Order: sequence, then structure tokens, then C-alpha cells
Amino acid sequence: MSVKHETIMEHASLKQRPNWFKFDARAYTMIGALMSIWILFSLLHERFLSATNLSNLFLQMSVTSILAIGMVLVIVAGQIDLSVGSLVGFMGGIAAMLNVWYDWSTVPVIIATLAAGAGIGFIQGWIIAYRAVPAFIVTLGGMLIFRGALFGTTGSVTIAPLSPPLKSIGQSYVADGIGWAFGIVGLAVAALLVLRKRRARARFGFEVEPLPLSLLRLCVTGVLIIGFVYLMNSYKGIPVPFVMVIVLALIFTFISRNTTFGRHVYAIGGNPEAARLSGINIKRRILLVFVLCNTLAAIAALVLTARLNAATMSAGQNYELDAIAACVIGGTSLMGGTGTIAGAIIGALVMGTLDNGMSLMNLESFWQYIVKGGILILAVYIDIYTRQKKKA
Amino acid sequence: MTAALEMRNITKRFPGVTALDDVTFTVKKGEVHALCGENGAGKSTLMKVLSGLHPYGSYDGQILINGEEKQFRQISDAEHAGVAIIYQELALVKDLSIGENLFLGKEPAKWGVINWEYVFRESERWLREVGLTDINPEQLTGTLGIGKQQQVEIAKALSKNANLLILDEPTAALTEQEVEILLQILQEFKRRGVTCIYISHKLNEVFAIADTVTVLRDGQTIGTYPIGEVTEDRVISLMVGRELKERFPRMPAKPGDVVLKVSDYSVMNPDRPGRKAIDNISFEVRKGEIFGIAGLMGAGRTELVMSLFGAYAGKAYGKVEIDGKPVKLRDTRTAIREGLALVSEDRKKYGLVLGMDIKSNVSMASLGGLSPGGIINHYMESSKGNEYMRTLRIKANNVETVTGTLSGGNQQKVVLGKWLMTNPKVLILDEPTRGIDVGAKFEIYNLMNELVGQGVAIIMISSEMPELLGMSHRVMVIAEGRQTGLFTAEEATQERIMAAATGGIRA
Repeated sequence: MSVKHETIMEHASLKQRPNWFKFDARAYTMIGALMSIWILFSLLHERFLSATNLSNLFLQMSVTSILAIGMVLVIVAGQIDLSVGSLVGFMGGIAAMLNVWYDWSTVPVIIATLAAGAGIGFIQGWIIAYRAVPAFIVTLGGMLIFRGALFGTTGSVTIAPLSPPLKSIGQSYVADGIGWAFGIVGLAVAALLVLRKRRARARFGFEVEPLPLSLLRLCVTGVLIIGFVYLMNSYKGIPVPFVMVIVLALIFTFISRNTTFGRHVYAIGGNPEAARLSGINIKRRILLVFVLCNTLAAIAALVLTARLNAATMSAGQNYELDAIAACVIGGTSLMGGTGTIAGAIIGALVMGTLDNGMSLMNLESFWQYIVKGGILILAVYIDIYTRQKKKA
Repeated sequence: MTAALEMRNITKRFPGVTALDDVTFTVKKGEVHALCGENGAGKSTLMKVLSGLHPYGSYDGQILINGEEKQFRQISDAEHAGVAIIYQELALVKDLSIGENLFLGKEPAKWGVINWEYVFRESERWLREVGLTDINPEQLTGTLGIGKQQQVEIAKALSKNANLLILDEPTAALTEQEVEILLQILQEFKRRGVTCIYISHKLNEVFAIADTVTVLRDGQTIGTYPIGEVTEDRVISLMVGRELKERFPRMPAKPGDVVLKVSDYSVMNPDRPGRKAIDNISFEVRKGEIFGIAGLMGAGRTELVMSLFGAYAGKAYGKVEIDGKPVKLRDTRTAIREGLALVSEDRKKYGLVLGMDIKSNVSMASLGGLSPGGIINHYMESSKGNEYMRTLRIKANNVETVTGTLSGGNQQKVVLGKWLMTNPKVLILDEPTRGIDVGAKFEIYNLMNELVGQGVAIIMISSEMPELLGMSHRVMVIAEGRQTGLFTAEEATQERIMAAATGGIRA
């Protein structure tokens, strides 16, 4: 006890000692796991690292990623949403119905689908926040209701094909030049942000990481961005759904870090009592979290339906588990209070890689279920284990 | 004759505090022995040592039961030796029948199949022992009133062959008739030679039932007396009779206008329908004054301030005025907007988000003002955080230090910073110095003075008598939800406050 206290004091006096090896075990575990899975699959199958396959991989992981972005907020707030998989199916059915049966054009279809998603989020969120029914139950019920609603409204038939503009949401690619422009602008913005942050931190007397480390980080980011654009362009370009993932991830990272709403969500998940006593309107925040999560599910539904060029009865089945697994693998704690969007995207990449790699190897589908289920349990186990260790 | 219980030279240390300092406690066979002391005097810790909750080895000293030394490593060891504790909060499963509760954990079973006939037959016998003759043991426990549940709990203890029964504040939640019944049962036990340790704040009960009384103060035994040789007043002065040698930096009162006026305020107890947690309390607090609230554990002090702050589940009745204007404090948001701030007694549970850094915790109750258009201005937030870190002298690397890693005193300062940032008119401090070191304590006292000098009104709840007497300009005493005394700093003495807190409306 007293020893610990001394070290704290010591730190205070030796302030701003650069910390080169700030060890974020979680982030490294995550990236390490991803790397080893990639190496494993590239050894098992020569086509895994081909541009075609990786392009496919990023296309396939988009739906899970979009769901995971919304799910992060839900889990950080200490809630859960089991309904998003069925909701993807249902919303996809509605979009396809409006487009194919009633000849609505693309923009009204998008608006109607998003509104429906938001509306459903409002209803679920209201029951959870204002009527105090546990989220687990409300969204478990929702999972059945939305699947049933999909069967009922569509008469259990596959609806296809979509109009070409709607289809393009899920199937088109960004032209090479625009891809490069994205990459370069992205890199420039990243560099600018790093510099601005360094200056601001110095101004407030915070630890500033050594300049070479910042530059190294920036270089790695640059290599990743350029490598990614090059790889995608050597096939057909960056898939549009993945561009949407990046845009949504940036928007929601901003929301989670820079808005009062985002801060409140983390506070509610971290300590609901303290949040309540600080005058935070918990109910309203929880409601909004579900509205956002289910609106994102509607976006995911549009992407999936467009990519498949059809609304099917089984669309979105078990996607809620992929999304939850992506969050947890990416460091979101089921206890609430911690988690990042970027982590969830990496988690989605892990889940997507498993799907893609196992399909590539023609592994029977029963194996895919078993492996993914096992990974989900393992991820939560690691979460609980590291937390207990931290406490001890 | 050997004593039923002898605890010799018990010393129990927690990090930073010595809870029990060489305590000696002897209980004769067949007597009712009362254990008295203020909040934090060490009564509960002593009983935890006795019941095995603090296992052998975690304390120094000896425990002898019927003259034989015992080393309790867990609760069941103490139970085997015949020691049974009945806690304030009843430990019964309300959704099980009385019989099931009585035999919980020791069900008579063959091949894992319970012999229910035996359970209920035996239960009836034990219930008769405690005077519950007309109760069916197949009834659900939750359907009984609190008083009867407590009798069931005593029956449960007896059924474990307890010959040393410890009752910890047994009457805290009972009505007067229920107290009557309990005291009769204890009289009956005394005739039959069961030994009882009776812990209670209520001295009238102690004098009605006990043969002997032992007084603890600040973790030390003050003395053991036959009940005939002391009076209530004498016991009170023994409980509080410490020398007030600490000096407190109290400023002379310069009270201004009334800022908070509470009239006929009652709060229902959310856990016990029909009972009141706060019963018809009225008081007013002026600008530039420290208004102390005294009372024993469970008297309703925290309930009162939580309710005023809009953070208590029980329905409230009565009138609250701020600056002469009637207000309805439905929720914490309204309370904060009206100028109230509450530093709660449990900073980890109610004060901080421990996983978040200092600046985020400090800004939590006033984030809106730092966030034009709902977007947080991080620079403003950091500079505010830095400002409070400097003025409150929070010891940490910088405002990005996670609050979970700070010491208790520094955590408390973060909570204070959070509420100061809301610019409150009335700052409510519930046990503001609990669990923090002396240096930080005095920093908090000085800060209170500074705030009072600026015209803030402070309401301070404290169980620490010296602090309460040393800092408050006026002290209100609460007992069992009712106001039982109101003293100016000049009138207030330890004895007067303790008399009002233990004896009810008398002072």
C-alpha cells in the first residue's frame, strides 16, 4: 500500500518521462491474434492473400462491421442487442419489397428503411429505458418478432432482383483514382491530427510521446493505407460498402469521443449510479443508443441486400453474435464502460477472416459454427480473466 | 465459574487504521451483555472477529469460549462452537418457506432427497421456542413482518445449538410492539441460561434488558459495568468522553440569508411500505454557514440528503424552498440546476466513474457548459481539470490519470472538484472525510471554510463527533428519521448530541 503510494509520488515529481513501451496488452493481443490467423490461413491456402480474396474479405466483413459499430455503444452502455441479425433480415425484406414490388426508387427506399430501423430502435429503446425491461429480453423477443415479421410481410419468398442503382450500394467499387485520393487525403489528415494533438498535449502539460515514435506510428499508418489502396486497386478498387464502414467508423468514433452523448454513454456503462447522481439523463441516452444501433442495422441491411441482390428469409441470421463477438474481441467489455469503435472493426476483421478462410478451405459449415462459437467464448473469457487480474 | 466468552487483548488492524486496540471483553454465562459505542467504535469489527468473518490470524489476541481457546478460520467454525450472530439485515431467503429457511444448508436428507416431514415438524418446535406458536412453517418467509422474521432468525440460530447469541442492532427496523416481543423472548432466554450479546444504540432497551454493559470507544474498551451501577447519562459520557484535543480551523459564523428551507419533510421508506425513513423534519440553512447533521447509523441522515437531491427512491412529502422560492426536486438534474450538490458518503459507488480519468470525472456534472452544440471542447475540459487539480491539490501525474488509481483523499478531492464546478449554492457533504488521511482531511476543512467565506451554504453529515463539533456552526440531530435536537456551536457538546441521537426526543 505505502510502497504504491510512493511510486505515485515519484511519478509526479519525475513527470513526463517518455514512455516508449506503453504496453497496451489488449491492443497487442488483438493485432497478434489477427496476424496469426492470417498467417495460418495463408499457409493453409495459397489464394488467401490474393487481391481478389482480400477484396472479397473486406466486402464480406462490411455488414458485421457496421453492426459492430452500433453494438459497441450498446455494450459500452451496459446493454445488449440480440435483435440486430433478425432486424437486418427484416429491413432487407422491406427495402427489397419497396424496390421490387412497389417500384420505389433508390433514395426513398433508403430513407424508408433507415426510418424503419430508427423507429424500431426507438420502440426497443423505450421499453428498455423507460419501462425497465432488461435489454436481453426485449431484444431476444425482437429477434423472434423481426424474423417472423420478415416471413409475414414477404410471404416467405425471396425477393429479387433489385433495381441497378440500389444494387450498386453493395456491389460497386470506387474508381482507382478516387481510391488513391481517399488514401492520400486520409494520410494527410492523420498526420495533421497527430501534430495538432501533440501541440495541444504539450500545452496542457500532458505526457507527449517522443517525436520519433509519433513518426513511426504515422509511417506504419501510411504503409497500411497505401498498401490497402494498392491491393484493392489491383483487383477492382475499394468496395463501396467498405468505404461506408470507414466513414461510419469515423463518425461514430467522433460521437464516442467528442460529444456529450458519447461521454455520457461511457459514464453510464462505467458507473450508472455516479452518472445518475451527476445529473445525466440515463433513460434518454439509452434510448438514443438503441435508435443508433438499429439505424445502423438498417444500413447493414441495405448493404447486405444490395450485395446479394435479393432479400432472403435467412438473411442476417446469427449476425448479432458476429457483431457482439467483434466488439468483445476488439476490447469492448461486457461489463460496460470500455470499448472502442476501432477495436470493434478489428474484431469484425477477425470474425470476417474466420468466415472467409474457412469457406476458402471448403471446411464444412458445422465447423464454422463451432469455431466461431468457441472464439466468442474465448474472447469473453479473456475479457473476464484480464479484468480479474487487474483487480487482484 | 468460567466465562461463556472471553476475548483477550484483541487487536485488529486495517491498512491505515487500527480498528481494535487491545480490546478485552468478557461475557458471563447466562447474562445479557450489552455492547455500546458510537459509529465506528469497533463493535461490528469485534463481532466479526468473534464470528470468524475476520479469520484467525488476521487479528492478534485470544478468544476463549467456556474457558477453551478457539481459532475460528471461517464462520462455520464459530457456529460449531455455538456462536450465532443475527445481523441487522436479515439473512433469510424471502421466497422460501420458514421451514426451508430454518434448515437451509443442513437439510435432513437421504440420498439427496429431503425429509420434508421432519423439516416441518422440527421447525414447528423451534418456532415455539421463540414464541411463534401460531405460525405454519410451510408459509413463505417473506409474508411475515420484519419482527417475526427476526424471531425466525433467532429460531434458526437456536436450531444450530447456539449457546452464545449475538444480536446486532436487532430493533433498528422494528415497531414498538415488535421490540416488546423481542425483549420478552430475551428475558425468557435469560431464565433458561442462554447467553446473549446485545448491540444497540438504544439505551432505553439496553437498560431494560441487559445485566452488564461494556462500552467501546475508538477501538478500545472503556469499561464493563453491572447495569445497576451506571445510568444512561453515564454510559453516554463514556461513549463520547474523549478529550477534544484536535483543533479545527472553524471560521466564525457570518450567516447570510436563508438559502435552503425545508419544512415538514417526510420520506417514505421504499423497502418497507407504509414506514417512513424521514418523519416530518424542518430546518433551514443560511448562506455562509456549515450546518452539521448528526445521528447514528441508520438514523436517516443519508436518506434525507439523497431525497433532497432527488436521488432517493422513497416518495417525499413536504416543502422545499431555495432562495425563498418553492422548488420541486424530482430528480438530480433539477436539484443540480437549482444549485444543490451532493458529495455522497460512498465515493466509489456514487461519486466516481473509476475507469475514467480525472478531467472526465470533474467535468461530469457540468459537461454541457464545456460543450457548445453537444461537442466537447477538450481543451476547455483539460484546462478546467488542471484548474481544479491545482486548487484542490490533487496529487496525480496529470488530469488524464485514471481515478481508480488515486488514493482515497485524492479521489474525494476529484468528487469535490466535480461539484464545485457546478457552482452550487448548497453543498451537501455526506461523511466527507471518511477513509482519508489526516493531511487530506485538513485540506478539505480549509476548502469548506473558503467556500463558506464565498457565501456557499454547506450541509455536513458526519459520524465523527470531533469533526462535527469542530466545524459546524449549527448541528441538527436525527434519530429514527425524526429531528431530536438542534444546537448552536456553543450549545453542542458530545454528550448532548449523543443523548439526542440515542435517546430520541429528550434533549
